[in-house]
Amino acid sequence: MNRSDKGIEVEGLVRRFKDIEAVAGIDLTIAPGEIYGFLGPNGAGKSTTVHMLTTLLPPTSGRATVAGHDVVRQGPKVRASIGAALQEAALDPFLTGREHLRLQASLHGIGGDARKKLIAQLLDRVGLTQAGDRKVRTYSGGMKRRLDLALALIHDPSILFLDEPTTGLDPQSRSALWTEVNRLAREEGVTVFLTTQYLEEADVLADRVGIIDHGRIVAEGTPAQLKSEIGKATVEVVPEEHGDLPRLRGLLARFGSETAARPGAFAVQLNGNGQLPDVIRALDTEALRAAEINLHQPTLDDVFLAKTGRTLEGAEEE
Amino acid sequence: MSVIAHQVWLIARRSLVRTARQPGVWIPPLTFPLILMAVNSNGLRAATRLPGFPTHSFLAFFVPFAFMQGALFASAIAGTDLARDIDNGFLNRLALTPIRGASLLLGEIGGAVGLGAIQAVVYLSIALAAGVHIDAGVPGAVLILVLAILVAAGFGTLGLWLALRTGSGEGVQSMFPLLFFLLLISSMNMPRNLIEVSWFRDAATVNPVSYMIEALRSLVIVGWDGQALALGFGFAIALIALSLVLSARQLKVRMART
Repeated sequence: MNRSDKGIEVEGLVRRFKDIEAVAGIDLTIAPGEIYGFLGPNGAGKSTTVHMLTTLLPPTSGRATVAGHDVVRQGPKVRASIGAALQEAALDPFLTGREHLRLQASLHGIGGDARKKLIAQLLDRVGLTQAGDRKVRTYSGGMKRRLDLALALIHDPSILFLDEPTTGLDPQSRSALWTEVNRLAREEGVTVFLTTQYLEEADVLADRVGIIDHGRIVAEGTPAQLKSEIGKATVEVVPEEHGDLPRLRGLLARFGSETAARPGAFAVQLNGNGQLPDVIRALDTEALRAAEINLHQPTLDDVFLAKTGRTLEGAEEE
Repeated sequence: MSVIAHQVWLIARRSLVRTARQPGVWIPPLTFPLILMAVNSNGLRAATRLPGFPTHSFLAFFVPFAFMQGALFASAIAGTDLARDIDNGFLNRLALTPIRGASLLLGEIGGAVGLGAIQAVVYLSIALAAGVHIDAGVPGAVLILVLAILVAAGFGTLGLWLALRTGSGEGVQSMFPLLFFLLLISSMNMPRNLIEVSWFRDAATVNPVSYMIEALRSLVIVGWDGQALALGFGFAIALIALSLVLSARQLKVRMART
């Protein structure tokens, strides 16, 4: 085990490319063993941040330490402490999975029987034992990502950087990767810095989430904190009879403030939590028959919308 | 084995394995110079009757061309492969390991040298089988292989520089015709003193490729020509040195890890 008792500390990190400020002064503190989700649309500055923290790109200004080592002055020590699976699995299509692992292990100075054993363990852990001797060009996207993860873990790093690890994966592969990342953090104490554009991924995996937009962190906290910050659940009711809409409006207004709803429906943001049973009882008492009742809990997309004025999906299209 | 030597070996082996697994990449560079050698040695045989032509066998005269063309192909392969590594992020993967820049560069050159060595052995064997006599004997044949490998290393390193500079396979390949042009305006088809068109003769005279060809050729058809060998080896080593300096500088920009 090569676990560090130090996580990631970032102060005023900036990276400019000529006139473009890709990262515009971010501050972060990530505790050892924490899974930190870095959420934002394409071009928000996620990958640039990862490249700076993994020593692949010198910052324009600011300071960052990873596992207690300065990313500018102690690059080799940082690299020895981290594993990284960067955007798009960077693999050689003409080498086998096992050959990739052998090359990576050898470059990290692991040789002999220890290397052989380690490779077998990692292939087993990521479910590639059968495919280990196949050329990577025959792998599916999910298999490539799993190999990428195994390569990142070959030298038993204390901090793992995963840059959009599940982009383009099918739900099954995505879920398998989430399970492994979760296990690494919970059972092995690996600190995970995970960038993603998938809200669900950040929500399910991350202990804390930072939302980055235009190179700045616009919100940070646990997913629950962030969601509770921006409001409470919304209930939307579709009456069976369209003519009941005015009565429905009057009834629901007692439980919260009106919010956007689909045509033929009425929705309110509830004043408090756990009010849904009260709403249903009231509908029953007033003999208002509902065709549909939807309870919508705030999502990280709502958080993104509240903080940036855009949905994450909309931001992607900009 | 020292750390650097071990890292060089790992990168060079990967480069060779990858090339070996792509027959479409290595078969044409291996066969095309041989085909051209066969065609030209027949088609241009009449040139040997020119007064002052240094040999009666155009095949013997033309053999060095195969080595040079093979080196150019090795350059394109090495450059394109590195460009692909840059493009798909494999270089970043390597940059995150304790690999040293020098090891990476020398390993990639090692891949080009390995390919160049295989090509040189094949070309020389086929030339010998076709009846070419090496005037400088067995030591001369060995020296031909050494020089061919040096030339492959020089052009291979140039290909790496192009890859590091452009970061794209297309960028590398777009420069390949320029390198081929250098080969065409050299003394590959005719001794410089027999080239009648003055601008062509001047171009061939200032073209370092001419001297590399002439050094190889001298071992085949003259024997031991110290001046030709000094110039050929000198230019090959200079090409390696210059390309290495350029590549090392460009690698620092491309692999800007702290």
